Amino acid sequence: MSNEFRLADGGRIDRDRPVRFDFEGQQLQGYAGDTLASALLANGVHRVATSNKYGRPRGIMAAGAEEPNALVQVEAPFPEPMLPATTVEVRDGLQASGLPGKGRLATEEDPARYDTMHTHCDVLVVGAGPAGLAAALSAARSGARVIVADADTEFGGSLLGSGQTLDGRAATDWVRRTTAELAEHPEVRLLPRTTVFGYYEDNYLVALEHRGDDASSRQRIWRMRAREVVLATGAHERPLVFSGNDRPGIMLAGSARTYVNRYAVLPGRRAVVFTTNDSAYAAAIDLHDAGVEIVAVVDAREVVSTYWASLCVERGIRIHASTGVVSTSGTDRITSAHLSSLGPEGNHPTSVRQVVTCDLLLVSGGWNPAVHLHSQARGSVRFAEDIGAFVPDGTDQAARSAGAVTGVLATGKCLTSGAEAGRDAARAAGFDAELARVPDSKHAPILAARHLWVVPGSGDSDGTTQFVDLARDATVADVRRAVAAGMDNVEHVKRYTTIGTAHDQGKTSGTLSTGVIAEVLGVGVGELGTTTFRAPYTPVTFAALAGRERGDLYDPVRVTAMHDWHVEQGALFENVGQWKRPWYYPHSGEDMETAVLRECYAVRSGVGMQDVSTLGKIDVQGPDAAEFLDLVYTNKMSTLKVGRIRYGLMCTADGMVFDDGTVTRTAEHRYLISTTSGGAANVLAHLEDWLQTEWTHLRVHLTSVTEHWATIALVGPESRQVLADVAPELDVDNDGFGFMTWQEGNVAGVHARVCRISFSGELAFEINVPWWYGREVWEVLMAGGRPYGITPYGTETMHVLRAEKGFPIVGQDTDGTITPHDLGMSWAVSKKKDDFLGKRSFSRPDTARTDRKHLVGLLPEDTNLVLPEGAQIVEQPELGEPPVPMLGHVTSSYRSAVLGSGFALAVVKGGRDRVGETLYSPVGDRPVPVTVTEPVFYDKEGARRDG
Amino acid sequence: MAPRTPGADLPEHPTWLWHSPDPKSSYDVVIVGGGGHGLATAYYLAVNHGITNMAVLEKGWLAGGNMARNTAIIRSNYLWDESAGLYEHALKLWEGLEEELDYPLLFSQRGVLNLAHSLQEKRDSVRRVEANRLNGVDAEWLDPQQVAEICPILNTSEDLRYPVLGATWQPRAGIAKHDHVAWGFARALDRMGVDLVQGCEVTGFERVGDRVVGVETTRGPIRAGKVAMAAAGRTSVLTDTLGLRLPIQSHPLQALVSELLEPVHPTVVMSNSVHVYVSQAHKGELVLGAGIDSYNSYSQRGAFHTIEREMAAAVELFPMFARAHVLRTWGGVVDVTPDASAIMGMTPFENLYVNCGWGTGGFKATPGVGWCFAHTVAHDEPHPLNAPFSLERFTTGALVDEHGAAGVAH
Repeated sequence: MSNEFRLADGGRIDRDRPVRFDFEGQQLQGYAGDTLASALLANGVHRVATSNKYGRPRGIMAAGAEEPNALVQVEAPFPEPMLPATTVEVRDGLQASGLPGKGRLATEEDPARYDTMHTHCDVLVVGAGPAGLAAALSAARSGARVIVADADTEFGGSLLGSGQTLDGRAATDWVRRTTAELAEHPEVRLLPRTTVFGYYEDNYLVALEHRGDDASSRQRIWRMRAREVVLATGAHERPLVFSGNDRPGIMLAGSARTYVNRYAVLPGRRAVVFTTNDSAYAAAIDLHDAGVEIVAVVDAREVVSTYWASLCVERGIRIHASTGVVSTSGTDRITSAHLSSLGPEGNHPTSVRQVVTCDLLLVSGGWNPAVHLHSQARGSVRFAEDIGAFVPDGTDQAARSAGAVTGVLATGKCLTSGAEAGRDAARAAGFDAELARVPDSKHAPILAARHLWVVPGSGDSDGTTQFVDLARDATVADVRRAVAAGMDNVEHVKRYTTIGTAHDQGKTSGTLSTGVIAEVLGVGVGELGTTTFRAPYTPVTFAALAGRERGDLYDPVRVTAMHDWHVEQGALFENVGQWKRPWYYPHSGEDMETAVLRECYAVRSGVGMQDVSTLGKIDVQGPDAAEFLDLVYTNKMSTLKVGRIRYGLMCTADGMVFDDGTVTRTAEHRYLISTTSGGAANVLAHLEDWLQTEWTHLRVHLTSVTEHWATIALVGPESRQVLADVAPELDVDNDGFGFMTWQEGNVAGVHARVCRISFSGELAFEINVPWWYGREVWEVLMAGGRPYGITPYGTETMHVLRAEKGFPIVGQDTDGTITPHDLGMSWAVSKKKDDFLGKRSFSRPDTARTDRKHLVGLLPEDTNLVLPEGAQIVEQPELGEPPVPMLGHVTSSYRSAVLGSGFALAVVKGGRDRVGETLYSPVGDRPVPVTVTEPVFYDKEGARRDG
Repeated sequence: MAPRTPGADLPEHPTWLWHSPDPKSSYDVVIVGGGGHGLATAYYLAVNHGITNMAVLEKGWLAGGNMARNTAIIRSNYLWDESAGLYEHALKLWEGLEEELDYPLLFSQRGVLNLAHSLQEKRDSVRRVEANRLNGVDAEWLDPQQVAEICPILNTSEDLRYPVLGATWQPRAGIAKHDHVAWGFARALDRMGVDLVQGCEVTGFERVGDRVVGVETTRGPIRAGKVAMAAAGRTSVLTDTLGLRLPIQSHPLQALVSELLEPVHPTVVMSNSVHVYVSQAHKGELVLGAGIDSYNSYSQRGAFHTIEREMAAAVELFPMFARAHVLRTWGGVVDVTPDASAIMGMTPFENLYVNCGWGTGGFKATPGVGWCFAHTVAHDEPHPLNAPFSLERFTTGALVDEHGAAGVAH
């Protein structure tokens, strides 16, 4: 087959650029500018897909995104499921097949890139048909920043397929000139192949641009914030409901006209046109003039337009008034239409029948304005009796609708309403806009339409082949069944029948189904209304929405100034929030446990070093900083002297531990607070929340300075010596540099703030230098520590060391249900302060209980055993039938180098009163005995702190 | 190509569902809210407690709120005893509900994987599994390889930004078809003579002192022996008329579906840190959800960036979803309490009972809620399973805090 249905000339395809594609194994030819649908029709392929539920043959119904039937699976260049053939551009190598209702996902990874653009504009024009182009022209000439977006490959909308004239010349000339002028305006951005699919609050609209498989990004999401929006989204033609209205070869009249005029394709040789309104006559005339035999125009109305009748008579086309197509024949394609006299409106149809052979049946039941975006933006709609469809009826957004979406169908009126909307939008955006002149169009008188929901007298009285929603195979019978079951609401009927839930979200079936439901219920269509319109207007790939946020870019990777060094040393990393933290540094042949035991031993016996730059750091400044910190920490920070450091706990309002860290007073009105690595952002948000909503009178400013400082923990009995070697100016003696104080001075030639704090119980110094110098200072310390066997260690060793000392980790040993008292840290809760976050909650009956879960230590009787973290604690060795009462759980558990055994921290009900008791922890299915201990396992006296 | 009929094997709805009566002037019990919880409560009031002079009042269309908007995941693998008790009771009811209601609920116990992506999530997951087992809830901890065996399309490679370090697995968890569940209850109620009144918005309460004796509605006053509230986010709006402030905040929660696809996804996968949850429904569409939108709102729509982030997570975990299409997004209103657990029980007002604050967990609890709330209303005291979920806990501090260690937002 080779384009035997292609007209010899005309159309907007590029005949110099033939393309070859494969449809279900057939090698076919089309042209650049073809859609897959137009190319298939040119090759005489009408049966494209198989219906979803009943497996019926389905063809091409429409010429755009509203297509309910012709769904294809693209196989090459890359598999993509369920695309309407009417929206797929043909290109060399395209391989596709018809879909039987379900799509297939590729098993290989999608190699394409997807990206996102952010933009603002004064006027966003959605749709570049006559109304949209006229609107853009008015707005653009005022100098406003205008974006024009249209789903199609070229601008022009209905003008591309209508063959009509403007100013006595081809309408496409006006489209070309208008587009060219718009392109010259520096503030105008034209976005063809771009579907605006979502309309969110405050004129935030999102669009999908198809950039092509060869582009640097295949698809692009545009996030657009518009001062003013013009919705020129057009209208979709409505099919008609009769028996067998789903056969291939049944096509919307306007779409058939598009195939002839735009693609130079004949969708058939011998056509019947069935309409309820004037618009299908233009299709009949155009198809006739292109060589299609129009066997009959079947008009449901009693009186037909004399204007169109005379054009038909000139061409010998016979019009059957008061007549309908009630059923069809054919299997893979329609072979005949069955006509019946409908009688006057409201009367019962007669049974007179006539069978007309044809290979094409054009249908038009009127036009449904594409109110989707208007409705998404919470605009209301009303039922317009004149067109038998819903039209926009007010919006709270800075938006206006223009053209066919308002229910105006004549081209001249669309142009005018567009030009006005563009001018008004530009003016509303502050520009001195004038009305662009619109070209003259031929104005045919419009005769009132007849609204037909189910064509009366359709032969299939049970309605099982009268399809309301072709995409879901939902029929009049289904609607009747739903109503008979008691459903009297469109939402319920939709859910009962699945109408409107397919890939097309009911673009052609929405109003129709409301009409059919209303008819079955015997109520007005306007009373029932529509179901809710939701984004996206047309389907959008997951990948486009994901954009660049995939793989390494899924979430930012944060690394410290010393990261490369850690990598070079073969560290393994732990994700902590967005940070990569060294987990441990295995030597060759070491497993994790061996490496961690070695690192732990090195710190306890000599000196170790950890990169703790990731700990959150917040600079707190202002005259009320002290008062503020007194409110957010459980302990008192206002009494902290400049030069000193205090450990602090933060609670949420319910009294539960939220975060912890150190508070360093650097000046009278200035503190530096540290947070956990993973909690930094939450802590800052929490503090800002209270500052900005509850304590607005406090003069305090918060600044995240985490990345300003690279921070090195130098830990172990030899740490003082190492520091002294590289920072000779610093007084590192215990007397001169006491625990929980800080000093400034040169460390390895870099100005540093050094703090005496310890999270391991060992003598330790925390050295803060500007981020830039982090690695340099780190390496100097490493070199300086070499004679002392300095050992870098990671988070795992840090965890073990602090657990041996019973220091909890917020988020590991706490879970949002643990108070400072539960942790045994009542010493950190001020009894003197009038108020602080959490204080009131400590007096609540449940929070004040003394038998709450307490942080305790556990020693498994089997000293070789390391309990699994997360293991539960029970009272008895026999578990019995569930539910088994649980006392608590293991929060941290390790093997200790200094203890020579496994040990754990746990939270246990009434734990502090159970010290010495034997409890049980189910490991696998075997409860193992454990002894409850104080949570401090090592150096209970704190003798090692000062070296 | 042989025609296939993938949709044909879905069961049809019955030929009769429910009447739409006008409200009577008086009932023994009035239930405010015709969603899943209201319908289930009415059902168990009728079946377990013999109360049928009852109306369920719905301001919109029946089961049109969160019941029509959720992602239909059912599981009971909650951390705390209180939650596990209630959700496991619900799951056991789910296991017999299809038969009891004689309605095809499409209840499919295909299991749920809750992924862990950090060492802390792993600890939390093991803790939850251990607690679940001791509570009689089926649960296992799986390593990445076992996860891959259950869900081969999941990206379990180590080069993921946040690799899958393992998952908890509850085999008895699964999905059901939300509308079918609501309609099953509604049909049963209609048969028992309970009035399901749609388009009837409760606007306030009739009271004598601290005793509630009826409700004011857009269709006139209705007297009631007892009033049970099951109106989710709207509950606090209503109790405000009584001067009773409830600790709930309403947020948008969005969900979305793809087109119909050939079966690729055998189970339910949920991830909190690569935040998305996804299953493939019976017809073949992927059903996805993620976290709540952070702002407060009663509008049943959310923000676009939430969807974008959710899709990034979906493609990150399931690379093969790249070219699946989002057909439709929508939003519900979820009412969230300070401890992320529900409120169910008595109020300071006599004959007024409250059930709200289910956040993102309401659907899976539906039959359990109905069972326990019905008990509460019928006996004028909470069922042991919902006693911990009292309103008083926010005063006493006996919270059931599910957003900490549970690590699971739904």
